[in-house]
Amino acid sequence: MLDLSPDEWVAIRLSLKIAVVATAAALPFGLAVAWLLARRSFWGKALLDGLIHLPLVLPPVVTGYLLLISFGRRGPIGAFLADNLGIVFSFRWTGAALACAIMGFPLLVRPLRLAIEAIDRKLEDAAATLGADRLWVFLTVTLPLAMPGLIAGMVLCFAKALGEFGATITFVSNIPGETQTISAAIYSFTQIPGGDAAAGRLVAVAIVISLAALVAAEWLARRAGMRFHGEG
Amino acid sequence: MLALDVEKRLGDFFIAVRFESAGGVTALFGASGAGKTTVANMIAGLIAPDRGRIALDHTALFDSSARINVPAHRRRIGYVFQEGRLFPHLSVAANLDYGRRMHGLARDSAEMARIVNLLDIGNLLERRPGRLSGGERQRVAVGRALLMHPRLLLLDEPLASLDETRKREILPYLERLRDNARVPMVYVSHNAGELARLATSVVLIDGGRVAAVGGPELLANRP
Repeated sequence: MLDLSPDEWVAIRLSLKIAVVATAAALPFGLAVAWLLARRSFWGKALLDGLIHLPLVLPPVVTGYLLLISFGRRGPIGAFLADNLGIVFSFRWTGAALACAIMGFPLLVRPLRLAIEAIDRKLEDAAATLGADRLWVFLTVTLPLAMPGLIAGMVLCFAKALGEFGATITFVSNIPGETQTISAAIYSFTQIPGGDAAAGRLVAVAIVISLAALVAAEWLARRAGMRFHGEG
Repeated sequence: MLALDVEKRLGDFFIAVRFESAGGVTALFGASGAGKTTVANMIAGLIAPDRGRIALDHTALFDSSARINVPAHRRRIGYVFQEGRLFPHLSVAANLDYGRRMHGLARDSAEMARIVNLLDIGNLLERRPGRLSGGERQRVAVGRALLMHPRLLLLDEPLASLDETRKREILPYLERLRDNARVPMVYVSHNAGELARLATSVVLIDGGRVAAVGGPELLANRP
């Protein structure tokens, strides 16, 4: 099997931690935004939609740089958060998670929005006549019926977070043990003589994790879909 | 008692309906497109009238002059829709239990057993709605609406999507419901034969207006 060095293990664990935290942190915002885009019409909707999709089309370095000047220690948001809440993003793993969450956000929102749009709103009306207020309608009808889209969105977001490189390295650099993810570590190993073997091992790990996420998503989505057809 | 005096404009179509119902089964009878479903939706709180008043047992559910509009989830009006609208991700048992859970009522297994027995759906409880026939689905939908202890039961063409055999299969359950359940019902349909078996009073709706109010004899000689 792969004989991974302690440093490589650190990078793998850090990558998983960042991807999990980024996906989990993006989820509540993703749900709210997907629901808003699917169900409400409001002033600035097209702008919000465009803003969310921006990380998908911008060069990742640009996104990273924008994060650096706004969430960095001297940026307006970064300084406010550090002084008032003690939350620091710059050159920390939390900053990497923030960058990954923003890069993965459009991939989370899109399938979720489509899933919510596909739900028969008459079912939500039926729930209201049975005594469910808006929040309960969302929790007991909308969310369970959107589950396949939610799973798809979370997997895409997780995969993007796992592979994110440009925005992360621009925003929080490439510090072993703090911000050096699998992708950043592979990049570093390819830059030093004799690093090929280590890079190769991490490439293999990245492939295994990505495939496992894909298989897990397929299985979960199939189970969620099956329940609606009475087989569960 | 249900008292209704409402106006609603939907594009070119104008609905102005006024009637009272004392209890029993009030039929809202009229051709397709006469505005019956819109009236039912206004009673349930799914559509707000432009103007007017809706009161149930002398409390206002909607009153445009007093700016009252009780939201659907607090009206406690059971609604059986034409297509059933069972929740596809929940078992039949969980569908039946949904209204009780949302209203925070205590579990009442005797009542559950009574309704399940009345509608003969005991053998369906573990199934998902996707595995039910049309007739079974509508019986479950009736049970789900009844188990939230509604103050009024609305049935909007509950048999329209079923073939003749299925209709004959369900009508006796609805008759039992009328005779046993003590819940006032508003039954929307364009089928005079169906209503003649069930209705205690009839409101004839035509072109968004009440054309006549009376007893089941209004249904004679109509298709």
